[in-house]
Amino acid sequence: MADITLDRRELIPALFPNPDEYLFITGLAGSAKDVCAHTGESDNVFSMGGAMGSAVTTALGAALSALDHQVACVTGDGELMMAIGSLATVASMAPANLSIICIDNGCHGETGGQWGHTSRLTDLAKMAEGAGIPNVMTISAGDQMADAKAFLEAGQGPRFLWARVMNTPPSKVARNWDLIQRRQIFKAGFEARKAG
Amino acid sequence: MSTSARDDWSRKIFDRLVAEGVELFGYVPDAGNKAIIEMAEESNATRPVLLTSEEEGIAICAGADLVGKRAVVCMQSSGVGNCPNFLALIEGAKFPLLMIVTMRGDYGEQNPWQYPMGQAVQPVLEAMGVRCIRVETEDDIEDALDAAIGGSFKGGQAIALILTQRFLGAKPFGGGAN
Repeated sequence: MADITLDRRELIPALFPNPDEYLFITGLAGSAKDVCAHTGESDNVFSMGGAMGSAVTTALGAALSALDHQVACVTGDGELMMAIGSLATVASMAPANLSIICIDNGCHGETGGQWGHTSRLTDLAKMAEGAGIPNVMTISAGDQMADAKAFLEAGQGPRFLWARVMNTPPSKVARNWDLIQRRQIFKAGFEARKAG
Repeated sequence: MSTSARDDWSRKIFDRLVAEGVELFGYVPDAGNKAIIEMAEESNATRPVLLTSEEEGIAICAGADLVGKRAVVCMQSSGVGNCPNFLALIEGAKFPLLMIVTMRGDYGEQNPWQYPMGQAVQPVLEAMGVRCIRVETEDDIEDALDAAIGGSFKGGQAIALILTQRFLGAKPFGGGAN
């Protein structure tokens, strides 16, 4: 196993220097914090705070319903593993406008850092390839982030980026936990985006 | 129930949903939703989405709503047991939702495996904030469809249209102690 030197707090800003170009659906905990910190939790971000496992298929529903918009699902290894079958659902539907970014710290950071399967033998790139995702990339060092950015911008989706990061804290951010409000903000933001 | 009768009410459901702008039909296959999904496959206005597990369809409905579109999810009653944690997203953020649940473990069921989840469908859904509208006879279907569509897409509620085994008939799903 290659040494992991990638700092998660640098990842999302490096991958998405212009976050307005995407609709973001994120998992809970660290992945939500990394995206919300970078975007200021803008109106193109809907982050989970529970319903663990729902990020990929929520993003799929948005991608299949907004074909003219790029959708990025940013989630953690624990959240993704809980719904690993949804990668097959994505592969069969083959949404050209969906990218899945898994920020994998190899542990359950939110609950005390208990070990996760990817810290042992589980290979998420193989699982994504095996599910039928046509474009898969793995990174584990900071100097690979530019290539990963190019990967997300090249050709058509669906894409799966396995970003193996050090087990260091996610970005610090104060999220809006009113999810009724967050749904309304996202919907209004999308309608304005579509009109603009 | 004959295949032609199933095709008739399936057509009623499908056409109404299309008229309401539903584009995505998430599903895990069941004999009871077979015709609806075939219609979703054939129509240019709709796409069926084969799910690996039923809760994925709950999330797909939420994702479609976020971008101003409509989806539904079709499943057998056993699949309701996979959904509660994702229903927290629906209830928490007040997403509208329309589930179409075809029952097993209900009226006349002969497979003992189907009873525990079948009997738990309505309590589980109601515990998670989903209102259940039951179709017991063919005479119910039009009113039930109105109520389900009105409650979800217009009233903003989470609704399950429950197609009971009394309505569907137990025999076409296997018969005998299979």
